[in-house]
Amino acid sequence: MTGSLTLVVLMAVMFGAGISIMLERSLTRVLIGFLLVGNAVNVLIYLMSGAPGLAPILGEGVDPDEISDPLPQAFVLTAIVINLGITAFMLALIYRSWWLAQLGAKGDLIDDEEEDLHDAEEAADLIRISAADDAAIQEIIEASDEEPDEDLEFEASARDRADGDDRTDREADR
Amino acid sequence: MITSLAIFAAASVLTPWLTKRLGRRVFPLIALVPAATFVVLLTWLPGVLAGTPVVESVTWIPELDIALSFRMDALALILSLVVTGIGALVLLYCTWYFADDEPALGRFAALLLAFAGVMLGLVTSDDVFVLFTFWEATSVLSYLLIGHYTGRKESRGAALQALTVTTFGGLAMLVGLVLLAVEGGTTSLSELIAHPVTGAAAEWGIALVLVGAISKSALVPFHFWLPAAMAAPTPVSAYLHAAAMVKAGVYLVARLAPGYADLEVWHPIVIALGVLTMLVGGWRALRQYDLKLLLAYGTVSQLGFLVLVTGFGTRDAALAGVALLLAHAMFKATLFLTVGIIDHSAGTRDWRKLSGLGRRMPVITAIAALAAASMAGVPPLLGFVAKEGVLTAFIDATAEGGSIATWAWIALIGSVAGSVLTFAYTARFLWGAFSTKPDVPPTPLHAPGAAIAIAPATLAVGSLVAAFAIGFIEPLLAAYADELPGGHDTHLALWHGLEPALFISLGIFAIGGLLVWGRREVARLQAAVVPMVDSSRGYLGIVSAVDRTAAAVTTAIQSRGLPGYLTIIIAVFIGGLGTATILNSEWPADIRLWDFTSQPFIAFVMCVAAIAAVMVRQRMTAVLLVSVTGYGLVLLFGMSGAPDLALTQALVETIVIVVFVLVLRRLPKQIAQRNPPVHKLARGVIGGLAGLVMGVIGLVALGARIEPTIAGGLPALALEAHGKNIVNVMLVDIRAWDTLGEISVLVAVATGVASLIFVSGRTGGAPRLDDGDLGLDRRDRMRPLPEPASSIRAPRTSLANTDGETDAAGEAASTRQTWLLAGRTISPRNRSILIEVLVRLLFHPAIVVSVFLLFVGHNAPGGGFAGGLLAGLALVARYLAGGRYELGEAAPVDAGRLLGTGLLLAAGTATASLFFGGVPLESAWFETEVPVLGTISIGTSTLFDIGVYLVVVGLVLDILRSLGGEVDRQQEHADDDVDDPEPAPTEGARA
Repeated sequence: MTGSLTLVVLMAVMFGAGISIMLERSLTRVLIGFLLVGNAVNVLIYLMSGAPGLAPILGEGVDPDEISDPLPQAFVLTAIVINLGITAFMLALIYRSWWLAQLGAKGDLIDDEEEDLHDAEEAADLIRISAADDAAIQEIIEASDEEPDEDLEFEASARDRADGDDRTDREADR
Repeated sequence: MITSLAIFAAASVLTPWLTKRLGRRVFPLIALVPAATFVVLLTWLPGVLAGTPVVESVTWIPELDIALSFRMDALALILSLVVTGIGALVLLYCTWYFADDEPALGRFAALLLAFAGVMLGLVTSDDVFVLFTFWEATSVLSYLLIGHYTGRKESRGAALQALTVTTFGGLAMLVGLVLLAVEGGTTSLSELIAHPVTGAAAEWGIALVLVGAISKSALVPFHFWLPAAMAAPTPVSAYLHAAAMVKAGVYLVARLAPGYADLEVWHPIVIALGVLTMLVGGWRALRQYDLKLLLAYGTVSQLGFLVLVTGFGTRDAALAGVALLLAHAMFKATLFLTVGIIDHSAGTRDWRKLSGLGRRMPVITAIAALAAASMAGVPPLLGFVAKEGVLTAFIDATAEGGSIATWAWIALIGSVAGSVLTFAYTARFLWGAFSTKPDVPPTPLHAPGAAIAIAPATLAVGSLVAAFAIGFIEPLLAAYADELPGGHDTHLALWHGLEPALFISLGIFAIGGLLVWGRREVARLQAAVVPMVDSSRGYLGIVSAVDRTAAAVTTAIQSRGLPGYLTIIIAVFIGGLGTATILNSEWPADIRLWDFTSQPFIAFVMCVAAIAAVMVRQRMTAVLLVSVTGYGLVLLFGMSGAPDLALTQALVETIVIVVFVLVLRRLPKQIAQRNPPVHKLARGVIGGLAGLVMGVIGLVALGARIEPTIAGGLPALALEAHGKNIVNVMLVDIRAWDTLGEISVLVAVATGVASLIFVSGRTGGAPRLDDGDLGLDRRDRMRPLPEPASSIRAPRTSLANTDGETDAAGEAASTRQTWLLAGRTISPRNRSILIEVLVRLLFHPAIVVSVFLLFVGHNAPGGGFAGGLLAGLALVARYLAGGRYELGEAAPVDAGRLLGTGLLLAAGTATASLFFGGVPLESAWFETEVPVLGTISIGTSTLFDIGVYLVVVGLVLDILRSLGGEVDRQQEHADDDVDDPEPAPTEGARA
């Protein structure tokens, strides 16, 4: 099995260039990188045909032994069309994010740090909510425990006092 | 059994709908389901007593030997009667417990009924995995029912605790069940007990199953979820958390005891935890002010007792155990239901605020007193009968030799101590709920109606009657207990004579009375003793630690944005595959420098373009540079035997450029650069390394290939499929499944594009001229007559404000003959006569050629993809020349419909052969001679290709009308908004 070194180098260059563009923050650049990587991968698949031959179309005077391997071609053909679809989809995403970001001046840059901060806060909120739920039921259960020496006669006032103490304690904590 | 389960399921599904009609009156109606089941079960009694269990089985997953098998033997029947009987009564009770306007009543009723069905399934299923399924279903239903008051924090917290704990146990149990089933070679529960598994697998398996059982039955250390579950509405507490669900663990222990009670892990878990739970529960119950929590801790205590007794492993203990289970189900349900009535009437369950209830609610008091007496083990009630049986069984067992005697002593002492606590907290309950407290004003009451007492009264009387009728009940209990070793001569009875058990009972009452009398001292002692087992704090600690760790990990890992993630992924790729390729030894034997002489030149240009694309800062320049690589591919493909690829790539590349232009015209020209230079270098290095690894991978892949290609066989296959173009035949015939998947992706992508751009809805095609808002009709447009500019411009106000256009060129342009249908909707300044004429001349030929490509594709370069793309390109031209109205006129169809038709055609072709007894995608042909096209075989693959064609055209149309037409419209709106403060016309509503 042999291949063309030229195509290997071409594939490597396009792939490398595509990856380095993809690492940028602009979504348009990411898409451009994606297109390059897509082309590179198509070349890689095509490379696997080995030596090129005649077009894989049988007809008068075409020797089936001399045609190119049609299998990678079938793979690549659908990949090309799907590339078109994905490109359009990403462009729609870019347009949409630009449209939404128009109020701010971010252009098509993607958020990162601020959003992460936001995520972290959201996670903390969730924890607080679930902890609050747990605390609520725990409080109810503990409130039902009898306290010693709490005479029934003075119970109401004692409870009020305890509640008041609790409240001042809490306020002091804050 | 399967029938009744199906009825339960169907009734549950209907219940929400019924509740909408009937309100709370739905409860008596749905109570009929468990009530009827109860009656049917009673008719099975003789058969089960005769020792012939009812068995039903339906194959479910034969590969795993799992069947929907159910087996109604004595133990299952006892539990089933409890589940259906108490279920019916609790549902009836709900009629008066809830008001018609209770939120989510329909959901509640449906869940409660479904729970009864699921519980019935749990106790009757014979397949361990079916049992597990029902087991988990009860956990989920319990979660939903505890969380009934979704707006309350405590409900949510309690529901989640219950779910977390019981599903944790459930998962442990699943592992155990798998161990047992694999080791025992069967999934049948009855088989596993008749022929017990032995050895380490059994020890581990049973220990894990017991973890499930004790978590479900709220034994220490999992007991804390049960008091929390009291946040549920009281009928739920009565049914799930007293009578039914928590009995699932007890049931499982009782079920396994005949086969596995002699394992080494059994007694430490069952007896030690049983005793501990009984004491902890009783101890904490004695402290409660809240009557419901008091009962909840009482239930914890009793569940410990039940597990201890049923799991003890002798025949007499088992007999007393199931009697106790029956007694507990009845008295605890009764007590919860009366607490519900008190709560409902007085508005509180805190006994410090209750006073004078005994005198004013005599019936309820009597009911509660009967049930409480049964709980405390006072004669002449079922609880007493059962407890006597338990004590006798333990006393007899202490006389035996070996380790069983030791365990019997522990069990005996534990249950006596527990019973003392039980007596004390029962007294506290009765006194707290019903006594008249001198210093508390009589609680204001509003009675919910006498009928609410029906359910608890029935159960309380049941506790009394059952004690006297124990002789009639015992055969059923004994039918189960006889499976265990031990003498068969002991019987349950109200009066056994002056036996040790009776004196122990008397002692229990005396010490229990002392505890009540010395309430203050007990309370002081309780507060002084550090909470012995407070696993709820441990649970909360674990849960919050997990939450915090998860949040910390998430913020730590996901804090770099998209470039960061990509960098990590690609670094892994470079590191992993790079290492693998370096270690590889399969290099290609020989490699050509190039395939043909022009190849290196084309490749060089492409490489330069790719590298330049990294450097440039203008978006459009970068796009054009990328398309240089794309067109380069066209050349490479075309010159090395891949005409189909060249054709497709050329068409796609052109459309891609147009689509880019359509979107980028609205974005700023410069690509913002925020990455500092150091990142730029790093990006270059990462990209370079990735490219290098990829190149080496390409070489290695070439070298690793030793088998010849399968290409040799393809020509014959293609001819068999009536095609000469092998690539096309592969797409539409040999690999048609793949293509079907790929066009599905295209449909999804097109839908996604349209959904992202259209804000208010995406159906319909591009806008048409005669939609009304332009004021032109078709006849006018078809008439190629010069018209004054003003008459045309007048209705154009909604598109762009050209009132200021008075320049002569504009006037002249607008009076021109119209070459395109919607040409005049474009501002005269933006029109180009050359383009209009070209498009007019080329559109129809292009469509004809695209159809030609579609049909000859089987034998020559072309096919559905290429044809569709060409037709799409023709549409692109129409749009570019004439704007979005032109597009609407050129393709007056709904893009979605086009996509759908195409996909349907392709998928229909795939499945149609099924109707003729073929395999999916089997092909059939019909050959004919057509002038110009030559011999055409119209076959199913042709239809498939037409489907592909339609999908591709639909995709391009959807892209154009979204990224083209709709973006135009939004831009015009934005411009209008700037020029004109009046609100812009809302064309988007139609789009």
